[in-house]
Amino acid sequence: MLERVTATAPVRAAQGTGPEQGREVPFRGGGFRPGQRRWVAPVLFVVLIALVEAGTRSGVISNLTLPRPSDVFATLVDLARSGLLWKHLAPSLGRLVVGASIGAGLGILVGVMIGLFTLVRAGLVPLVAALFPIPKIALLPLFVIWFGIDEASKYALIAFGTFTPTVVATYGAVDGVDRTLIRMGQSFGLTWLSIVRKIVLPGALPGILSGLRVSLAIAIILLVAAEMLGAEYGIGAYILEAGALYDLERLFAGVTVLSVLGLVVSFLIGRVERLLLAWRA
Amino acid sequence: MDLSLLDIGHSYGQTRVLEGISLEIPAGQVLCIVGPSGCGKSTLLRMIGGLERPAQGRVMTRGAAPEGCLNPLTFVFQDFALLPWRTVAGNVSLALEDHRLARARREAVIADVLSRTRLSDFADALPRQLSGGMRQRVAIARALAVNPAVMLLDEPLSALDAQTRELLMEDLVGLWSRAPFTAVYVTHNLAEAVRLGHRIAVLSRRPGRIREIVEIDTPLAERRTGEAGLERVQAHLWELMREEARAADAELIDA
Repeated sequence: MLERVTATAPVRAAQGTGPEQGREVPFRGGGFRPGQRRWVAPVLFVVLIALVEAGTRSGVISNLTLPRPSDVFATLVDLARSGLLWKHLAPSLGRLVVGASIGAGLGILVGVMIGLFTLVRAGLVPLVAALFPIPKIALLPLFVIWFGIDEASKYALIAFGTFTPTVVATYGAVDGVDRTLIRMGQSFGLTWLSIVRKIVLPGALPGILSGLRVSLAIAIILLVAAEMLGAEYGIGAYILEAGALYDLERLFAGVTVLSVLGLVVSFLIGRVERLLLAWRA
Repeated sequence: MDLSLLDIGHSYGQTRVLEGISLEIPAGQVLCIVGPSGCGKSTLLRMIGGLERPAQGRVMTRGAAPEGCLNPLTFVFQDFALLPWRTVAGNVSLALEDHRLARARREAVIADVLSRTRLSDFADALPRQLSGGMRQRVAIARALAVNPAVMLLDEPLSALDAQTRELLMEDLVGLWSRAPFTAVYVTHNLAEAVRLGHRIAVLSRRPGRIREIVEIDTPLAERRTGEAGLERVQAHLWELMREEARAADAELIDA
């Protein structure tokens, strides 16, 4: 016979003093779970700026070490009012878009080929490993000889700089695609092209996009280097000129624009991820 | 379509995993392959489905595939192998897209298999939103969509909990009773084998050889978990496997 035990069976809570005294089990499972705090980043940012502002105003920080943030802001406002900001930003954005598109596009193509073909992998992986650590800025004179002093050499420099990290991220992502999914595709008799298009590429997309975050940041870094090559206008050219004159306000105004550019790129990739990778959630 | 395995043998490096496997798999029957872990039963199934090449022996098919069959040898995998970026309907559609089917025909097939697996309400859901049992039903729907001559099931219920496994076994029996299919069903779970197998091939531990083939006459639909006759068969299978399983458990993987 089954005996029914009611849910309200008496429980002897161990309490009181003496050797029989009860203790509650302490909780020890917390931590290691970064959550979201939207306000932290802006507050930290404002505090840092306020500290520098206070330091420069009181004289603790000499104006040779750091410019006053309010002055930098004023310079930025001037720059925007005079229309110079756009005049510098437009060519830079053009160089960034063209150079990074070429570099990332070729990088994804080559990375996928390395991921798919043994021969390509054997040949290109060592080559890419050899190209990666070359400081692209060191090749600046060569780029001028190869592509001329005009826009082409700037595109090439940025493209070259984004190419290698994109290749490495892409073939890593292709390698990481779940092999059982590929076996599944084969077991249903899918064509090679279908397997690549419907299984390998979507499977590699998360890795490719996170690789692009790094590659595009590198593209922004190289923008300044590219504009060392006889550019009249451009954020990089503006920063270099300010640096040469030791005009800290303008230098920092330019650097701020680059930082904002970095934030915008990161935000855009975040949007693309949310759009294309909604299935991960 | 019947399948014959002729003297199949295989090694991974120095390790002999399969030896002298010869089997007949007649159409319309479910053949279960059981054996201790590492006996090469999944390898054997991949060979039957052409995903792996045996070092010796051949896998032969005899007779034509049924009318409208798009993929004669069709797998159902242990880990479901669903594309996480496709919906339930999209995952089923994947198996059909490389065949020249009119759009309406394709949609009709998808609707049909989803209703047979009771998934019609979840056609637009993503795999991550589904329970394990539902995911495996999607994989079964995908397999049914190509109207296979032989279903190759590789431990299809092993990733599921006991209750879900029981429900899915009933589903499989129901699907078979309404439209009998040929299947090779690999499992290490003897209860599944006696519920679903018309014949049960017991493999020995590495190198896998066929120790015995047990036939069960009770129709699939009349079998119940815990029934005395099935219990006796299961006990006999366990008797056959016990020592093998113990020895297999004590082995080093790469030794």
